[in-house]
Amino acid sequence: MYKDIISMDPIIRVKNLTYVYPDADRPALDGVDLDIMPGSFVAVLGSNGSGKSTLAKHLNAILLPKEGKVLVDGMDTIDEGSLLPIRRKVGMVFQNPDNQIVANVVEDDVAFAPENLGVDPKEIRRRVDEALKQVDMYDFRLHAPHLLSGGQKQRVAIAGVLAMGPEVLVLDEPTAMLDPRGRREVVSAAERLCREKGITVLLITHHMDEAVRADRVLVMDRGHIVMDGAPAEIFARAGDLRALQLTVPDTTALIEKLNAAGMSLPSGALTPEACAAAIKEALG
Amino acid sequence: MLKDITLGQYFPGDTVVHRLDPRTKLILTVVYIAALFLVNTWGGYALVIAALAAVTAVAHIKPRAMLKGLKPLVFIIVFTGLLNLFFTRGDDVLFQWRFIHITHTGLTRAVSMVLRVMLLVSGTFLLTYTTSPLAITDGLERLLSPLNKLHVPVYELSLMMCIALRFIPTLIEETDRIMSAQKARGADLETGTLPERAKALLPLLIPLFISAFRRADELALAMECRCYNGGQGRTRMKELRMAGRDAVAFCLGGLLVAGILVLRRLGI
Repeated sequence: MYKDIISMDPIIRVKNLTYVYPDADRPALDGVDLDIMPGSFVAVLGSNGSGKSTLAKHLNAILLPKEGKVLVDGMDTIDEGSLLPIRRKVGMVFQNPDNQIVANVVEDDVAFAPENLGVDPKEIRRRVDEALKQVDMYDFRLHAPHLLSGGQKQRVAIAGVLAMGPEVLVLDEPTAMLDPRGRREVVSAAERLCREKGITVLLITHHMDEAVRADRVLVMDRGHIVMDGAPAEIFARAGDLRALQLTVPDTTALIEKLNAAGMSLPSGALTPEACAAAIKEALG
Repeated sequence: MLKDITLGQYFPGDTVVHRLDPRTKLILTVVYIAALFLVNTWGGYALVIAALAAVTAVAHIKPRAMLKGLKPLVFIIVFTGLLNLFFTRGDDVLFQWRFIHITHTGLTRAVSMVLRVMLLVSGTFLLTYTTSPLAITDGLERLLSPLNKLHVPVYELSLMMCIALRFIPTLIEETDRIMSAQKARGADLETGTLPERAKALLPLLIPLFISAFRRADELALAMECRCYNGGQGRTRMKELRMAGRDAVAFCLGGLLVAGILVLRRLGI
């Protein structure tokens, strides 16, 4: 997975990044080092106040490092001249879909970013249609956003970012306000963009079952990255996760219980399908 | 309960009137209003009414919808009528009883003022009925774009309008939610004297304002993430283009004004 493409240059390099919010007594980020490979699907976990969102906001120059560096495709975020190219490369979607939709027709909202970039009207039309198709919202292009469900609104927000033609998609808890169905819609849209279009996805989430689908999981705690690895490695360390006030995926919890009851199942079966298959095999 | 509030109701449709460029409709509405003040003959009113009826029919707007639009203005209309009826002085007294005296001039003036107000309002309603708020904003932006040279932030103003329109339903929903929450805790929003009721609204308005500020903050962040940096160098996906029908509309508008002027001259 992400290890296969390690020979490429990372699209995002974070070096010794430290950030302190004004009036805060301890840094929100404390010497974070991180390389993200193009085309990978990275999930970021961590309890509240662990610095996940602060890290995300550094990736498209919303926040600028107090110490250290953030490089996006070689461009330093501190360099003012690269601001627009960086924001264009790194699209960002936030938690509340209502507060990121600007226009009152879906397609006009998706057109907002390319309009800001001064793209030719015909090209905007093409990009808007393509972006809406990619998140499966093309049929809703003439709808009013406030009449859509949460999952649909969030997919419109993703389309609005896709219309810039980004290489990286940073999703800052995009599913926190959604019902289970909306969550599924949004995460599978993000996963599809990564697998089919090669867009690098950084998904910040509280839901372990979403992190299971990533190539790589980062766990943050008090401004540090404390765990970094493939989902199977991370979730095998259930005790460490619980110590950080995080849960483990339902599948991991089930396998743990079954193993405690005398079965010997592999801890790497994380998706419900893999878990079911492992149990079936063990039962013969 | 707050769901039915609309701002300048719009009836979606696909008639010629709907498809006209919003700029055309805006200009013609202004011309119409100006022309209305030139009308001073019954023939002129008949002509304007006929024109309005024709446009209403072409736009497939039900006459009942037009009358419904006038309903909130009944008070103003009646007030205008009565004021003109009773307080116009003249020698041609029609009816006199104690201090009440109605003159012929007064009667004429009352009827024509009432007609004028009604025609004015229905004419502008026709604009909002057939043009989406977004198209109106867009049209206004293009019409006012020369003001950009005078450093009037026309684009920013129109964006503000758009965002306001976009957030009306969201904030209404939120108000509904806060109201239910307050009612669930025993708040009484519906009974009591007016000052009491106004006071009861405070716990409603404060959370609403706080949330509106938070939303504004987040929206600004999201806009920045989508490369917003002011109106300069912006392009538009949907470009407004005048078509043949707009030329026809302008010609018809010109004819109406000419008709009004001729009737005014002839005194019919």
